[in-house]
Amino acid sequence: MSLAELICPAGTPAALRTAVDAGADAVYCGFQDATNARNFPGLNFTPDELAASVAYAHERGTKVLLALNTYPPAGKVDLWRQAADTGARIGVDAFIVADMGVADYIARTHPQIRLHLSVQAAASSPEAIRYYCENFGVKRVVLPRILTIPEIRQIRKDIPCEIETFIFGNHGLMVEGRCSLTNYLTGQSTNMDGVCSPASDVNYLREADGSMSSQLAGFTIDRFGPDEKAGYPTICKGRYIAPHRPESYYAFEEPVSLNLSQLLPELIEAGVHAFKIEGRQRSKSYVRGVVRAFRAAVDDIRAGRQVNIADLVALTEGQKQTQGAFETKKWR
Amino acid sequence: MTKLTLGPIAYHWSAETRRDFYARIADECPVDEVYLGEVICSKRAPFHEADLPETIERLGRAGKRVILSTLAEVMLKRERKATEDLAAMEDPEIEINNAAGLFARGRRPHRIGPFMNAYNETTIRWMAAQGATHVCLPSEMPAPAIAVAAHAARDLGLGVEVQVFGRVSLAVSARCYHARAHGRTKDNCQFVCEEDPDGMPLRTRDDLPILRVNGIQTLSESYLDLLPETPRLVADGVSHLRLMPQQVDMISVAQVFRDALDGQLPLAEADARLADLSEGAGLSNGFYHGKAGYRRIAMAASA
Repeated sequence: MSLAELICPAGTPAALRTAVDAGADAVYCGFQDATNARNFPGLNFTPDELAASVAYAHERGTKVLLALNTYPPAGKVDLWRQAADTGARIGVDAFIVADMGVADYIARTHPQIRLHLSVQAAASSPEAIRYYCENFGVKRVVLPRILTIPEIRQIRKDIPCEIETFIFGNHGLMVEGRCSLTNYLTGQSTNMDGVCSPASDVNYLREADGSMSSQLAGFTIDRFGPDEKAGYPTICKGRYIAPHRPESYYAFEEPVSLNLSQLLPELIEAGVHAFKIEGRQRSKSYVRGVVRAFRAAVDDIRAGRQVNIADLVALTEGQKQTQGAFETKKWR
Repeated sequence: MTKLTLGPIAYHWSAETRRDFYARIADECPVDEVYLGEVICSKRAPFHEADLPETIERLGRAGKRVILSTLAEVMLKRERKATEDLAAMEDPEIEINNAAGLFARGRRPHRIGPFMNAYNETTIRWMAAQGATHVCLPSEMPAPAIAVAAHAARDLGLGVEVQVFGRVSLAVSARCYHARAHGRTKDNCQFVCEEDPDGMPLRTRDDLPILRVNGIQTLSESYLDLLPETPRLVADGVSHLRLMPQQVDMISVAQVFRDALDGQLPLAEADARLADLSEGAGLSNGFYHGKAGYRRIAMAASA
């Protein structure tokens, strides 16, 4: 059986301490700039905060993984190098990277620190994963959320590194690291700036008929009736009109959350080494609740006990959940 | 001299449409290089790959350099096999769009496609050391980054390519959104994407055109138009300008670019002609100017 490490989100130093105290095996976090894919206002760490947080985590036996998982645009590479140097000096346990130049720099400059391949690298085949393992010494791949469990099981046999999969939280639909939808509408790039459907561009507009439009940069991403709860205008979770769908529909995906709690035993059996919980932008109480519940679930599985995590349903977006691609190819 | 290229057809055009299209490209189109092959959906490839040898031969006879592009997404067995097969070829050149292709190709010469995320000079340097001879930059890169990347690539002896016309690829997914719109899944899609040779339009609920769906790919509603920016692209070291095939008169589109590049046609006049040729599609250049991609920044502002 694999160790089934629990990898938990830490958007702030307070969330990091919360996740550590709730039983995380490792936490992941980023600096307050474009070097990570959750470059949101009010989130992330200064170097001093990270140093104090790493000390806190290490005292309690928890690892800290630093996300440097965006793509530096030409001319700005130094920011990513400095972030890697700072992380190395502080003593993080691994870097999570996507860009080949960043991976190469860390492999040569800080070879003593583990490299994890971010989901933003979109490595979804044994060959792609092996490319990063053989060239940069990647020790773990975070798999895109597009594979079924049988496919994961097969990949595990064909690669020389550990596998981490998302098990809970926001359910990204597009291949990560290949999405410019936000930049198309807002001028801020997910890949280069770490920004996705930014709050600064969000507007909720009450229409004359009582309905509510949720807009991003002036584009109506969805419209909600007076009785509906207005959702956040994430481009890939909006409703649009197509020639065959004049009534409008969720063209990409409904606003559902990923929840693989029921599949944990199968994932462990398939050879997944680490389970990742999404949500660096979430509150402390959310992190506490989710981490505690999954800590108990993983411990139950490892002890051969029945898993009971019905409480997690209440935490998910709009109460709706999915097992996404993991359970069936019909998702595609 | 700056070269004009024709990118791979993103849509599911029928075999007959493709044959006719490439026959005209061979005979009439002033592009120097043509990228062939299925980049978006591995299910489509069997419909037109039988024609590839003849198309390659015909374009070659017409003096065009032919490059085969690999799939952007490689996950299934058939996609891995297709990528491996292309990576094994000695001739023609190949353009790789997924790290699985880089793995299979090793250090033998290859081009880096726009899906490879060659965003910066250190990544380009890494790729060049692994055998890359040419790099197509991601379409969302702004002008200052293009200049730095192009300069570094040229110093390494690489060709540098930027898309200058046609819809921009904004996202790919494992899910087929064409099938989804018709209540189907990718496995039983019945190739419904063939109904939309210029992509399936999505409109917002207040009826504004916003995006186009092409199978697993999401594209911009507007056509990218960097014709007014070509002098600066060339000055910054870009050696190849890519036109993406759309359902418009691509021969004339290429001619307008060629004439503008050669100084035969003033930029303003060329751009007006391009707007006519785009048959009502909105034109945009926001990414280049560091703005929202859908925006059109006036020529005066870029001069």
